[in-house]
Amino acid sequence: MMTDSIVPVKEMEDRMDTDKMWVIMGPQHPFSHGLWTLKVQLDGEIVTDAEPIVGYLHRGWEKETENRTYPKIIPMADRLCYAASMTYTHLYCMTVEKALGIDIPEKAKYIRIVADEVCRIQSHLMWLAAVGTDLGNLTVFLWCMREREFFLDLNVKLCGARMTTNYPRIGGVRNDTTELFDRDIIRAVDRFEKAMWDIIALIDDSSIFVSRMKDISFLTREQCANMGLTGPAMRGCGVDFDIRRDDPYDNYDQVDFEVPVLTKGDSYSRYMIRIEEMFQSCDIIRQAVKKIQALGKNAPYRIKTPSKVPAGTAFTRLEDPRGESLMYLVSDGTDKPYRLKVRSPIFTNVSTSKAMCLGCRIADVPAILAQIDMCLGETDR
Amino acid sequence: MVQEYSSILDWIVFNDPMKNPYYPFVDTYNLPFDIGYKLWEILGGAIAWLINLIFPGNPVSTWLVCDATSTLMGLLIFMLLIFIIAFVSTLIVLWMERKCLGRMMDRRGTMVGMKGFLQCVADGLKTFMKENTAPKKVDKMTYWWCVSLIVGLSVLVLCMVPLSQRWFVVDYQTGLLIIMAFFALAPFLILVSGWAQNNKYSLIGGMRAAELMISYEVPMLILIATTALLAGSFNIGDIVNAQNETVWYIIPQIIGAITFFFCATAEAERVPFDIAEAEAELVEGWQTEYAGMKWGLIMLGDYMRGSVSCSMFAILYLGGWTLPFIGNGPIPEIVFLLKSYLVFFFMILIRCALARVRTDQILNIGWKVFMPLSVINLAIVLLLKVGGVF
Repeated sequence: MMTDSIVPVKEMEDRMDTDKMWVIMGPQHPFSHGLWTLKVQLDGEIVTDAEPIVGYLHRGWEKETENRTYPKIIPMADRLCYAASMTYTHLYCMTVEKALGIDIPEKAKYIRIVADEVCRIQSHLMWLAAVGTDLGNLTVFLWCMREREFFLDLNVKLCGARMTTNYPRIGGVRNDTTELFDRDIIRAVDRFEKAMWDIIALIDDSSIFVSRMKDISFLTREQCANMGLTGPAMRGCGVDFDIRRDDPYDNYDQVDFEVPVLTKGDSYSRYMIRIEEMFQSCDIIRQAVKKIQALGKNAPYRIKTPSKVPAGTAFTRLEDPRGESLMYLVSDGTDKPYRLKVRSPIFTNVSTSKAMCLGCRIADVPAILAQIDMCLGETDR
Repeated sequence: MVQEYSSILDWIVFNDPMKNPYYPFVDTYNLPFDIGYKLWEILGGAIAWLINLIFPGNPVSTWLVCDATSTLMGLLIFMLLIFIIAFVSTLIVLWMERKCLGRMMDRRGTMVGMKGFLQCVADGLKTFMKENTAPKKVDKMTYWWCVSLIVGLSVLVLCMVPLSQRWFVVDYQTGLLIIMAFFALAPFLILVSGWAQNNKYSLIGGMRAAELMISYEVPMLILIATTALLAGSFNIGDIVNAQNETVWYIIPQIIGAITFFFCATAEAERVPFDIAEAEAELVEGWQTEYAGMKWGLIMLGDYMRGSVSCSMFAILYLGGWTLPFIGNGPIPEIVFLLKSYLVFFFMILIRCALARVRTDQILNIGWKVFMPLSVINLAIVLLLKVGGVF
């Protein structure tokens, strides 16, 4: 009978008292973009267990809203996520409109689509920048931030603020598109589609970048369903679902776009989904801008709404750049909400970090968790 | 009797240092020592003349200008000169990286004075002003000594690299081996300091440094042996002269040159091989607990080793301080430094374009790519040598 080796490796390993070690990454750690902690248990360099800890940034957002009138919650909704402020304000306004039972003008719907997609692109660029630093390359970070500036400038053009936009209103949007906004946004999008290929060439043509993401951290469709993973990360695991297409809100059914889905389920496919989503967003922006132009300059963009919301509940969901965000409003007939519940996509997405990191090396942990695209403002609320 | 006051020119006499019986460099001309010797002859002669004015006929004056004192003082100034030039060339490397990286990343880079060169002075001052803290639970002796040893070794190796036939510290027959031996000592100290800091990040970083070392050190030594075989000597001057007489060794050893370049990048712990201080997952790796000037010195030591890596590449593959058809030229030191800066420029390009590799990947690259390539390179050189081309 053949033996594997002369040295009884297995027996020696059993006899050796090799300890597993908990390494605490966070809350002040270069990998955690924001205040959160990931405890990882290491056997050498291999991750054997992981536990995310969130809640350092809890501000009592939901409780605070109960003491404010409905319009005053809009700027607060901006602060839920610094990278995707527009989508959260949009979501809040949509929820209140649903509770009021009103339909907003066509033009406002398209303007909201444009604003959302600009927000999506800049949020994804922020994510790509973080992926670059997590993999140890600063060039990707700076190039993405440079591209992101053009979209922040569009925000300025639209509503005067770069990040906390305070733009959608209950019953429409705050102001009409400014002069030459159509021209500027088409130029920015055209430029972005060209410039994006530089960044893609920097990452996808480099075998080091690709080998750091390919074939690690597999997730199946079943795991996605069980753990509540949503958004681009879910579509990278083979689940073909996008609220913009499957449960359309605000005229998303009027624009034509594709939902990228990859079935492999590794870290690289999650990365590819987000890249493709940015190009799809460009398409959506072009179509929506054409529709806005077709509606004409004097089309209404906002309707008057009552300050008191009738008693009842309303529930809307929306495709955030990071996943499926949801708001549930309980109204008691006054001008303040009785309860406003926010379902943040990252709060559930981050709970998959154990399943994602298991069996990988510690060097891969930042690269894997970058695909979640952490944003602590909405996670801790 | 009226005392005759001697002229200053009686005391400042320019002798040939090589005629001095205490001349430390046997039969070879050494430019920095020559400069140091002449400087002392002016300075010491003036001091001796002044003392002699006050105390005529005293023995100190004659002692100050005697052969032995001149050699000693000349050696001190020589050391200072060697260190200053090496230090300034390292600062130039640092500045170059910041500026080139800035340009490639579409930003300005450093902007403090002299096109940003003075930023390193500002950084040095800043780290110097910081409080010198040490964590409570570190192993005190190893923690403190590791900094000194790592920085000291880096300075030592940097100063041992000759800039030309006339600009060297020691001219060993085995100079190449000695430089590489000192060069390879630093990773051991990184491992030790990783243990000493009593911190999990540092520990993992230290273990990674060891992992990194076993993956590139062997191919690197094979490559050095190959060059020594081609030149027929371990003496750096001989290797450069051999390249001057035939061709630069990058032409017969193109595979070896590329492999050596990446090994040198790993030796200097730069991106993509900076796994020991991978900041994304290990905060700052093995340097996590070093604060203030300790960290500044370690950073300086890193750049010194990077600059040595480039110098070694220039010596082994780019003909050192010689130029084709010109040979040594009037200022070979500048030629040599420019060549090593050129090599460093490629290192900056790599840092700009690539991501950090994983530990298992670096072992794979080391043993499955670098190792076969270095052996293939050795085989090619052997064929050339046996075939009588070189």
